[in-house]
Formats: sequence, C-alpha cells, structure tokens
Amino acid sequence: MKARNKRLIFVIVGVAGLAVAAGLVLNALNSNVAFFFSPTEVKADKAPKDRTFRLGGMVVDKSLKREDDGLTVHFQVTDKLETMDVTFVGILPDLFQEGQGVVAQGKLGSNGVFMADEVLAKHDETYMPPEVQDAIEKGEKANMQKNVSTN
Amino acid sequence: MAKSRFWLYFSSPKTFYPFSGKLIPWCVGVAAVLMAVGLYMGLLVTPPDYRMGDSYRIIYIHVPAVWMSMIIYMVMAGWAAVGLIWNVKLAEMMAGALAPTGAIFTVIGLWTGALWGRPTWGAYWVWDARLTTYLVMLFLYMGYIALRSAIDDPRRASKASALLAIVGGINVPIIYFSVKWWNTLHQPFTVAPGQESKIDPTMLWTMMIMVIAFWAYTLAVSLIRVRCDILEREKNSSWVAELLQGSSAGNKQ
Repeated sequence: MKARNKRLIFVIVGVAGLAVAAGLVLNALNSNVAFFFSPTEVKADKAPKDRTFRLGGMVVDKSLKREDDGLTVHFQVTDKLETMDVTFVGILPDLFQEGQGVVAQGKLGSNGVFMADEVLAKHDETYMPPEVQDAIEKGEKANMQKNVSTN
Repeated sequence: MAKSRFWLYFSSPKTFYPFSGKLIPWCVGVAAVLMAVGLYMGLLVTPPDYRMGDSYRIIYIHVPAVWMSMIIYMVMAGWAAVGLIWNVKLAEMMAGALAPTGAIFTVIGLWTGALWGRPTWGAYWVWDARLTTYLVMLFLYMGYIALRSAIDDPRRASKASALLAIVGGINVPIIYFSVKWWNTLHQPFTVAPGQESKIDPTMLWTMMIMVIAFWAYTLAVSLIRVRCDILEREKNSSWVAELLQGSSAGNKQ
C-alpha cells in the first residue's frame, strides 16, 4: 500500500473514531449541557434540588404582577404542559414580555415557587418588521371574532 | 487523465501565483461593493424588528461573520488534510493562510454577539452550549496559529498543525447543531437547509449580500497571504528569482 493511501485511511479512521468518541461524551453530558430546565422537567424532579439551576419557558399571558415596592415581580413560566410560579426581585430585561421566552436562574423554594435571582429574556428565531406583526395580530383577532360570531 | 492534470496544474505554486494575482482585484472589488450595499441596506433600508427594534441590525455583521468563521474552519481543516495525506505544498499553505481570517471572524462573531446579547437577553455572555462551543473554536484557531509558528520548518509545522486542525473540525458540527440538540439561550436556526426561513425577505437578502461580501473578502485576503507564503517558501526557485528580477527592473508581471 502506498504511503499516501495509508495516511488517507489513518485520517479517515481517526476522524471517525473521534466523532464516535465526541458523540459518546456529548451523550453522557447531555443533561449537564442543557442551559435550562423546562417546567415539566422540574415537576418530574429532573432539576437539582437545593442547588441553583435555570428554568426556561414562556411567560404566561397576564401572569405578571408587580408588588408595591416596584422591584418584586411574580410571573408564571410554562412549556404548555406544566406551569410554574416565579418570584424575582430586580430589574427585568427590556425584552421581557408576557407570551415570550424567558430563562430564570435561581432555586426552587419549599413552597414550589421558583425564587429567581437572574432573569434573561430569550428571543425566538423570527425576525420581521412591526407592520407584519401588526398584520398577523389583526388577522388573528379577525379570525377569533369570526369564530365567535359563527358560534 | 485530463482532469487530474488540470488540478495538478493549479496545485503548482508556480502557476497558482500569477493566477491568484489576477483573482485578487476582482475579489476586493466584489467585497467592497457588496459590503457598501449590504451596510446601506442593513442600516437604512431594511425595516426594524418587531421585538428588538433597531438593535437587531447587528445581525448583518454577526451572522455572516459567524458563518464565515465556521466555513473557514472546515475549509482550513480540509486543506490541512489534503496537505497531510497527499503532501501538497500549496494545500498546506492555503490552510495556514485561512487561519488568521477565520480567527478574526470568530472574534467579530463573539464581540457582536456580546453587544447584541446585552440589550436582548440581558447578558453579554452566558455559558450555554452554543456560546461555549463557539469560544472553543477561537481557542482552536489560536492553537493552530501558535503551533504553526512555533515550529521553524514550514513542512513540519504544516504537518503538526494539520492534525490539530482536523481533530478540531469535530467541533464545528457541534457548534452548528448545539441549538438543536440542547436547550440554549441562543435561539435556534432562523435560516437552515430544508426549513422555511423565519426572517423577513428584505432582511434575508441584505444578510445574504453581506455573506457574499465576506466570502469575497476572505478569498482576497487569504490569497494575498498565500502568495506571500509562496514567495517565501519558493525563494530559492528559478521562477521566483526571475519574477523578482523582472519587478526590480521595473516591469510588472
């Protein structure tokens, strides 16, 4: 066999072996690589107890409540299967909005409320002009009204 | 055997040198024009985003730079493998010439990402899978460049660094799929093969113009770099001597 063919096989086998090894490592790391846990995972006791972790999901519509001190906020995070109550003291990021993604870091309190000490807004992969968003909202409203009137 | 002779023709530094010299002005021109058009459209023509307002406009630098840095890594590792397996000198030089540009685009990607993350997420940096694996790529680039320059003999330097480049190549698909495999703070694919794009068409086109501009820029600077490398490594050959004589006599080639 020619030397260059040997080198070719060496490189191919090497890369294939590395890919398998990397795959196994990443698979083993799987739960640790996750940046956040969903409410379903937390309710299924997959999140660490007595230790800081991140909770991610959508902020439930009309769930945001501010206390009179102006800093303490309560809201709910859902993954559309389970919902969790979150309490946070501090300034929310500009993009924090009901109905949008959020990642909160903190601990699970004994009462089942997630006590966050950091809240990050998660934005989705959609980019569009405000007019398009308005049009979509109008369309949705029109649809809803249509449904209401036909009922 | 005509096909293999065609590739052999361009794999010789002697024929590649004048050929690449002709390509460079075109690449520079395309890069300059498209970058101007892309920035104009990105900053003034495209609409703001419905949630992020104007801050999303950094996408026109961030995404093309990040894509470019990952593509450059794969191409660099590919050339390094060709150089290692078939002993092609020009491939070794191409791999080395791409590394600095790839590293610079990685830094731009991290930097613009941080500037975008602060107003959007509320943090410059988080250790999620996408950001962390991407940072690893910067270290791979830096390690590759450092290893290459640490060994004096250029052929030995190319062989040693080629192994690092090939091994590090495993990281690139991990970066790419990280947002799909794990939940990350970074949003998943907006534009991907086999998926309807989730970005407004004007925004997409502007981004693509910047992508082509970055490609042209990368081609131009890596060709300039590889030409320097060719002259340095072939300085004892007769064609370089002739070239230098020609240029010192005032005749441009």
